[in-house]
Amino acid sequence: MTRFEDELKNNNFVCSKCTKCQHFVWPPSEFCNKCLGDTVWEPVSKSAKLVEISSKDGKSFCIAEFEGNIRVFGTISDSLRPNPGHGLVLEYCSYDDTPKFVFSVE
Amino acid sequence: MKRVAIAAAGITKFNKTEKPLDSLMLSSIRPIFENAKDLEQNDVDVVLTSTNANRNYLANIISELSGIKPKISHSVESLCNSGTNSLVSAYAYVSSGLADVALVVGGDKSDNPGLVLNWDMARGEYVHPIFWSSMFTSAHMRKYGTSLEDLAYVSVKNHKNALDNPYAYFEKSFSLEDVMASKNLTENVRLLDCSMPCDGAAAIVVCSEDRAKKITDTPIWISGIGQKTISASFTKNNDLSSMESTKNAVADAYRMSNKTVDDIDVVELHDAFSICEIIELEDMGFCQKGQGAKFVRDLYDTSDKMINPRGGLIGAGHPLGATGIAQVVEIYQQLTGNAEKRQVSDAKTGLVHNMSAGSTSSTVLVLES
Ligand SMILES: [Zn+2]
Repeated sequence: MTRFEDELKNNNFVCSKCTKCQHFVWPPSEFCNKCLGDTVWEPVSKSAKLVEISSKDGKSFCIAEFEGNIRVFGTISDSLRPNPGHGLVLEYCSYDDTPKFVFSVE
Repeated sequence: MKRVAIAAAGITKFNKTEKPLDSLMLSSIRPIFENAKDLEQNDVDVVLTSTNANRNYLANIISELSGIKPKISHSVESLCNSGTNSLVSAYAYVSSGLADVALVVGGDKSDNPGLVLNWDMARGEYVHPIFWSSMFTSAHMRKYGTSLEDLAYVSVKNHKNALDNPYAYFEKSFSLEDVMASKNLTENVRLLDCSMPCDGAAAIVVCSEDRAKKITDTPIWISGIGQKTISASFTKNNDLSSMESTKNAVADAYRMSNKTVDDIDVVELHDAFSICEIIELEDMGFCQKGQGAKFVRDLYDTSDKMINPRGGLIGAGHPLGATGIAQVVEIYQQLTGNAEKRQVSDAKTGLVHNMSAGSTSSTVLVLES
């Protein structure tokens, strides 16, 4: 999955999208998990929705959802504490052993 | 399908030792042959091993080391749920008539790599299980008003139960204040809300009715099995106050056994974290949604050992590959009346619930005397 990691390192969040049924396949894969069709890398929208939130050592972390089905764990940079359903914006992403996603509150 | 019994069990003390995995597994197998009425190595035609230790050809190695030349031997791996998955495979071999006697052994060392699923890109940098646990906790607290004190009672109860389990990792009790004051790993998961990785192994013999009668006077029957995988990544369980794979698995296990929750006398369930016990009690029908915390509190107040009598994962420790088998060993002992100080009186029907990786997959077994 090096293309995925390389793009994240360059602050680009891309995900595999099916060329046949246009479904975003997450976690990323060469094959569509609906129709097993081929996938290509597509940029993911910067806007996300908060699914759930908690904090560690005063720093909020969350599950955010992109495109209606791409759920990731990430960090919330603001000190705000939004409720599930609230809009988030992907501030930046990276890759260093694991993916990193950082959000601001919309 | 033939009836399938559990006819013998063995377990090691859960702790941290220098012993290699093979020795741990053999230590759990030895008491089976020592205590069985009539069971020789030649009688065993299946050997299944479960571990997260990434060990090639392990079932064959364990077979050779224990003097068994089985027809079928292989490993079954499914993270925390490996041991119960092994038992289900053994059930299939015996119920189909392909084999008569299966030895199922699970074990792990505390440093096994099974706690983190590297494949799951969705977990981002939050790879440790405390983070998915914290998400379930946040969702349940918001939806049902579950409190940090409610969560602490799960840990207090299970540590207290573990005091009567000579094989448990923990050998001391913790007060409500101890749990509340234990180190915050996240805002809603404290150190004493967590099960601890440790060393341990457990083994059982799964066999046909004819063979069971030779091995023991008190066979226990596997009457219900439910298994469900929702996903591998922590992304597909939509409602985080609930565990979808557990709800699926328990429905199938009740249906197959023709039992309902009201028939269940004793339970071992997968309390990797305090919140898990509360959600699973609700999702398996022991109480209404939102009443799991009250259910646990009532158990504690009345010293009722019905749920996790051996101390669950929180009190007994969590050697991943051994856990599912150790849960079955406890229910086997309960239903044969051999659970000593942990004995739930008149226990005739028991339930085992195990799961992996934030309940992305679950197994439920119904066992009967
Ligand atoms: Zn497709």
